[in-house]
Amino acid sequence: MAPKQVHLAAHFPGVNSTTIWNRPESGSQIDFSSFAHLARTAERGRFDFFFLAEGLRLREHRGQIFDLDVVGRPDSLTVLSALAAVTERIGLAATLNTTFNEPYELARQLASLDHLSGGRAAWNAVTSPDAFTGENFRRGGFLDPALRYERAQELIEAVQAVWDSWADDAVAADRAGGRFVRPGTVGRFVHRGDQFAIEGRSTVPRSPQRHPVQIQAGDSDAGRELAARHAEVIFSRHASYDAGQRFYADVKGRLARYGRRPEDLKIIPAAVAVLGDSAADAQERAHQNHLDQVSPQGAIAFLEQVWGTDLSAHDPDGPLPPFDPDPEGTERITRGRVRHEKDPAAVAQRWRQRAEEKQLSIRELVIEVSARETFVGTAQQVAEQIDRHVQEDAADGFILVPPLTPHGLDEFVATVVPELQDRGVFRTEYEHETLRENLGLPPVA
Amino acid sequence: MEEHGPHIHLGVALDGAGWHPAAWREPTARPGEVFDASYWIDLARTAERGVLDYVTIEDAFTLQSAHPFRPDDRTDQVRGRLDAALIAARMAPATAHLGLVPTITTTHTEPFHVGVRVASLDWVSRGRAGWRAQVQRQHDEVAQFGRRHLSDPAAAPPGPERDAVVQVLFDEAADGIEVARRLWDSWEDDAEIRDRPTGRFVDRDRLHPIDFEGRHFSVRGPSITPRSPQGQPPVVVLAHARPAFELAAGGADIVLVTPHGEDDVRSVVRQVRAAEAAVGRTGPPLLVHADLLVLLEPDADLAVAARAGLDDLDGQPLRSDAAVVTADPAGLVEVLLRWRSAGLDGFRLRPARLPADLDAIVDEVVPRLEERGVRPTAYEGQTLRGRLGLERPANRHAGAGA
Repeated sequence: MAPKQVHLAAHFPGVNSTTIWNRPESGSQIDFSSFAHLARTAERGRFDFFFLAEGLRLREHRGQIFDLDVVGRPDSLTVLSALAAVTERIGLAATLNTTFNEPYELARQLASLDHLSGGRAAWNAVTSPDAFTGENFRRGGFLDPALRYERAQELIEAVQAVWDSWADDAVAADRAGGRFVRPGTVGRFVHRGDQFAIEGRSTVPRSPQRHPVQIQAGDSDAGRELAARHAEVIFSRHASYDAGQRFYADVKGRLARYGRRPEDLKIIPAAVAVLGDSAADAQERAHQNHLDQVSPQGAIAFLEQVWGTDLSAHDPDGPLPPFDPDPEGTERITRGRVRHEKDPAAVAQRWRQRAEEKQLSIRELVIEVSARETFVGTAQQVAEQIDRHVQEDAADGFILVPPLTPHGLDEFVATVVPELQDRGVFRTEYEHETLRENLGLPPVA
Repeated sequence: MEEHGPHIHLGVALDGAGWHPAAWREPTARPGEVFDASYWIDLARTAERGVLDYVTIEDAFTLQSAHPFRPDDRTDQVRGRLDAALIAARMAPATAHLGLVPTITTTHTEPFHVGVRVASLDWVSRGRAGWRAQVQRQHDEVAQFGRRHLSDPAAAPPGPERDAVVQVLFDEAADGIEVARRLWDSWEDDAEIRDRPTGRFVDRDRLHPIDFEGRHFSVRGPSITPRSPQGQPPVVVLAHARPAFELAAGGADIVLVTPHGEDDVRSVVRQVRAAEAAVGRTGPPLLVHADLLVLLEPDADLAVAARAGLDDLDGQPLRSDAAVVTADPAGLVEVLLRWRSAGLDGFRLRPARLPADLDAIVDEVVPRLEERGVRPTAYEGQTLRGRLGLERPANRHAGAGA
């Protein structure tokens, strides 16, 4: 049997602590040239798609704008449409919030991007009901958190109704016959549900992919179920081999009940690869990345997110706080970012134990627990590991998150991609025009 | 003439296959491509070849209709359009100098998204973005969004009742422009510091919430997007009547007007100045650009015949809010020079047929204007603001940070 093919995507270094901004080679996070360089590099590496995250309110920490990570980004769809001008085949994926966007407008923008890019649009539908972000929007923050997936699911259905409102051949452009559109009411859509009741006529003809590719990142049971029903790509957190296999089996196992095949949904965890001339060299470079990612001030702020209180008097090179976290403080200390720690007291207990056993300072401990490398080694070693993860169903590929803008993928594309190609598990040329086809997803009826 | 400066500002309004409803049936039209990037890129590059200041791109959430307020079922005119802001973004890397001014409506969109989107267009175009802010009066949009009740202007009897319904939409548009402008200033230019000793990427004292509270929405801020190359991308408003003149006077940089003769130009300019006084405009006066729908042929008789042919195909005479110039290129040049002397800063030409009338503007009209010394022969400066003679404005918060 032919080996499974690896899928790769490129994540523009984001507004978070993995992005290194303090080196001489750290470029702009806002100039278009940075986006263009990374997208072109990924296209040279024949990646499936280029990915942008989203944040609709600047993050805050202890009641003030968080200033220790990269801050500031442009509108995703605007950047992707511009990138369509400087790339030819790579997919263009935007993260778009289902709570702070309305389905008709969202459908129209995504279908427009699909037309303007010749069938390369994708969207990562994220749900966020938080009142903090809502303060920037008309709807405010009144969405009941229990309804977030209900709204997300209904929004996806409403968006699809808009996309399906023009027949494939609705545009005739027949000069002699005087018919621009074929008879019949073009663009008519109706969606009625608990979250949305919309109808009208869409202005955007059926786009090249018919439906832009649907990405999701939900991890809860409800999130996985929504993904099993609608998603075509999952951007997962489970990049390690064991967790990856468990997640893969769980989600792919849910597909049959929606009449879908395992290959209809690609599972692509986020991964960080650090390369070196030797394994030791790669380890050393990973260590240097950690020092640049976790500044002394950043280490204290990281700890404050768990402790829920002001720790600025603590020495980053000293021991962890001896007292327990303030559980209420944890809820309010950080706003505008996803929190994965559900039990701060247990986390603090675990970290203190680990720090004591290994004699770690605050900064050293934070480096240990926040290290996100999935693959560290020579290009050959990293290619082998990626291949193994994919062949053994821990993933269908990876979204690479480089720590540096804009050159963070240059080396990977120059060295790991050829190794994967030599192994016969990664394309040497784009085989198709559209992202949907390049991902091996079924056509939309 | 001198009091308006040596150059006439010149923009072109792009829409579908052109502004005559039958334009798509011309042999030179490209009706099968109006949803393709290559069509729009070609138009933008043509405009850039003519050293034009900007192109606008029309937009609306509802399908085009021959009826002013209601959808129709005609199949013999262009129907359908892509998101204008995304077309503009797609054009940006494919051009180097041209101003890009998409229409983005204010009635159903999120003001925060709009402000961020225009600033982002300014980033990807390196300082060439503008925003044509437009109120939407097509009631069908209410059902497309399905989240708010709005009175239907067309259902109200003409007169004070309808005026009141419309005024609500214009007041909301004014709030939308105000939110965008505050967001554009919510980052000071030097907010990004990358200060390694303190570990700080930004100086948060140079980031400012906007705390906008209005009747229809409130927006906290600051923007997620750093201050863009132009600082404040130019805002453009098309105005036919007092509410729109006052919207422009309160928040825009350019007002597009639709006079129908030289005397009318003077009258319209007086209305603009009156609106500026009425709203207490501060800062530079509005730039006044007149919209003209133009159909050009090598001689005027041919132009008249071409227009008649299109009218026949469409089954009715061309109707337009703007004056229609059916002329040879020299004839249009005379109109532009005369009208400009009556008090205009420039023009937005609406080509009746695309690409034919855009080609004629660039190849026949622009060289004549250059000969008269009223158009630059090459682009100077980097930004759209600069091209329009607008300074890059200081940030309202500049120097306020600790």
